[in-house]
Amino acid sequence: MLDDFFTRATLAGFGAAVAAGPLGCFVVWRRMAYFGAATAHASILGGALALALQTSVFLGVLSVALLMAVTVSGLSGRGVATDTLLGVMAHSALAIALVAVSFLSGVRIDLMAYLFGDILAVGKTDLAIIWGGAVTVLALLAWRWSALLTATLNPDLAYASGINPQREQQILTLTLALVVAVAIKVVGVLLIAAMLLIPAAAARTLARTPEQMAMMAAVIGGVSAVVGLRAALVFDTPAGPSIVCVAAFLFVAANLGKRLAPGTGLGTGLGTGPGQH
Amino acid sequence: MNPLITLKNVQVTLGKRRVLHRIDLSLHPGEITTVVGPNGSGKSTVLRTIIGAIRPTQGTMAQADNLRIGYVPQKLHIDPTLPMTVRRFLSLPTPVSDDVATAALQRAGVGAHAHQQMTDLSGGQFQRVLLARALLNKPNLLILDEATQGLDQPGSADFYQQIEQVRDELGCAVLMVSHELHVVMSASDRVVCLNGHICCQGEPEHVASAPEYRALFGSGTHGSLALYRHDHNHRHDHAG
Repeated sequence: MLDDFFTRATLAGFGAAVAAGPLGCFVVWRRMAYFGAATAHASILGGALALALQTSVFLGVLSVALLMAVTVSGLSGRGVATDTLLGVMAHSALAIALVAVSFLSGVRIDLMAYLFGDILAVGKTDLAIIWGGAVTVLALLAWRWSALLTATLNPDLAYASGINPQREQQILTLTLALVVAVAIKVVGVLLIAAMLLIPAAAARTLARTPEQMAMMAAVIGGVSAVVGLRAALVFDTPAGPSIVCVAAFLFVAANLGKRLAPGTGLGTGLGTGPGQH
Repeated sequence: MNPLITLKNVQVTLGKRRVLHRIDLSLHPGEITTVVGPNGSGKSTVLRTIIGAIRPTQGTMAQADNLRIGYVPQKLHIDPTLPMTVRRFLSLPTPVSDDVATAALQRAGVGAHAHQQMTDLSGGQFQRVLLARALLNKPNLLILDEATQGLDQPGSADFYQQIEQVRDELGCAVLMVSHELHVVMSASDRVVCLNGHICCQGEPEHVASAPEYRALFGSGTHGSLALYRHDHNHRHDHAG
């Protein structure tokens, strides 16, 4: 079954999307969208380093994403605005990577593959890495769920309950680096933020609790990956962007559905119509 | 009885600014202690040090082994992207059964709102839900940071009355920060007047007549002091 490139691609996209969905909820709740995008951009440096040192791209990307995330977490709140710091680091890393790659004689780096992903070229090892990463991310989120949620809501509330919000922040940072490393092959650095944000944003309009939102984000992400890949095959369009297009379509559909039928289905009570008072 | 929390010579520095110094404070079971002080005097910092959000740069903080803190923050901003029903909020971070949740909400007078979104509550209802959640683990120390901010006067009077009720029922100590001097004076067993350091502390009457307190709050408080004395003249023969 895994010998078929399209099956591998579908499984890879599905795995990455299902992990990105729930994590994306935290990215949305904590307003870390820029953080995700910046980490993704910087991770190209990881790809370049991995080529130079001839190690696995996954390891290179993961290390740079982690380094980036840890540095930002450590430096923020020490007088430099976080978004400025992120911008400086992300774009410097990207530029350094592009310059460094030009020195690598004899190595042809396929920049497009990094930028937009190369999901149709996913091999069995890649698949194992993607699913290993996805399961790790989901397990970490499930394990720390209550603490993460409390810390997200209010750090002082967390402290008073004996939870250290800084530790929870580090766990999110770690999972974010993992998702970036895993998803770079699937949708590429430019669209990783989309896989984090769009399913979560679509789920928000339908969900009444954080758990519902996380589940729905996973489902919407998974559906986008499967349908998007199929569409890419049928219409001969680029795979990564097709996945994101389906997610965007689902986002619009969820919002429209909510508009047209308020007070029905899962949205009951969220927006009580004027006639219900 | 042993104090629940004892701060000894505590100093807190945030960034390069020394926010608190020479803080000696102990909180005893069943006692309502209120911290008053001008803006920037470090009131919230004292509370945040006690809940463990800030580490003292000097001095020591000792807590009783059985300390259970219930905390009501100054304000709780729930991001509009985060769906959160009242019922779900009560189970953060420790899950509670539906029976317990229903009882807690009914006691707080918001029984009908369990399935509403937190963001749809009015200011008063929101505050009551925060209090209900803080009481779920049966705290022996309830900490409130300007919990009545944004409530109108009847609303906040109501809220303080509820706090006294809670204290009488649970027997817990209460530590709160407040701006509303006259309410504070009548509802507290002990008042701590803070301005970076503790200017004076003790029974409300004692603090109200202390020159340090008058220096901080000026003559503008005479009215509220009169109100305080008036409220309690059945307890003090010399008043009136």
